[in-house]
Amino acid sequence: MTALESANQIKARFGDLVSEPAEFRSEITLKIADAEKIFDICSFAKGIGFDYLVDITSIDNYGEDPRWTVLYHLRAIGNGTEFRIKIDVSEEKSEIPSVLPIWRTANWHEREIYDMMGIRFRGHPDLRRILMWEGYPHHPLRKDFPLAGKPTELPGVAFTRVTPMEGGPFVTLPSSGDSIEREPRVRVPEQAEPGISDKRLK
Amino acid sequence: MQSQTEYGYNSKIEGDVVLTTVDAALAWFRANSVWPMPMGLACCAIELMAVGASRFDISRFGSEVMRFSPRQSDCMIVAGTVTYKMAGSLKRIYDQMAEPKWVIAMGACASTGGMYRSYATLQGVDNIVPVDVYVSGCPPRPEAVLDALMKIQEKIKKEPVLQDLVAFKQLAGK
Repeated sequence: MTALESANQIKARFGDLVSEPAEFRSEITLKIADAEKIFDICSFAKGIGFDYLVDITSIDNYGEDPRWTVLYHLRAIGNGTEFRIKIDVSEEKSEIPSVLPIWRTANWHEREIYDMMGIRFRGHPDLRRILMWEGYPHHPLRKDFPLAGKPTELPGVAFTRVTPMEGGPFVTLPSSGDSIEREPRVRVPEQAEPGISDKRLK
Repeated sequence: MQSQTEYGYNSKIEGDVVLTTVDAALAWFRANSVWPMPMGLACCAIELMAVGASRFDISRFGSEVMRFSPRQSDCMIVAGTVTYKMAGSLKRIYDQMAEPKWVIAMGACASTGGMYRSYATLQGVDNIVPVDVYVSGCPPRPEAVLDALMKIQEKIKKEPVLQDLVAFKQLAGK
């Protein structure tokens, strides 16, 4: 069974809840209208052979509503097909059901998203921070969090200071230009398009 | 039979006597058995392993005894990126080491935070522990680490061990 057939099977089972499978570069994405139904859809997907949860990732669509997008990358070990499920979560809610009872590997993925983005997973048995320490007040992967960090203090445990950026952040340029053009340097957004060389070079 | 109370010149033991000060002798003992605490946190630790292995052979400098216990080590080699989350543990391990103790910041990350200019990384281990030698490189060559060790040895040899000890005892007695 191909990934598209599996996606259509899910579409047939859940109807309007699931969007038409979108195909881009032979990868299939299903968009789910209601984030609360992610558990049912994932357990159905596992039932039809998607026994491996490759990853859960989250996107911060800062300035848009709903703010969060959460992606589940699923793979069927049996026939090697893959597809992903996409759900939107509003900032006010910032909470979705955990899929940990379906795939135990979801444990750390969900903890990482909670730590970095601040989305909570209902039903997770151990929703603690995984990378930053317990008590750290921010969620650093959010778009409104500065790369240099914010000063924090947790006496006896840890602290952070604002990192000196020395004019940074320094950004590389993905282009076919020479290494001088591509090398990491300060770039203002309107200059960051391929082919437009840095003003400091001139 | 030779008299046991002969204090003058004795030709039989000529050449077997070294004259030194107690300070210099103690410092010499210390300098040639610096036991490292390998604080391996990132890729520099791999290079630190190379320093310990046969090709570069840190035992030539008396430092082959890598102790994973802070109680038994003299010199902490901070090899790698120090994240804020690790910083607390690192400080605690340093505090557990017995005096006298030294610190080598190995590589760009341990010295300054390196390329990790971000919210997660301590910008140089000298923010939390006193560093004696900084080693540049990303990661440094094993020779550079050996050079740092030799610099530590030079530093140890200049330290007035006995004077410090007497001064400390006087201070403690007061």
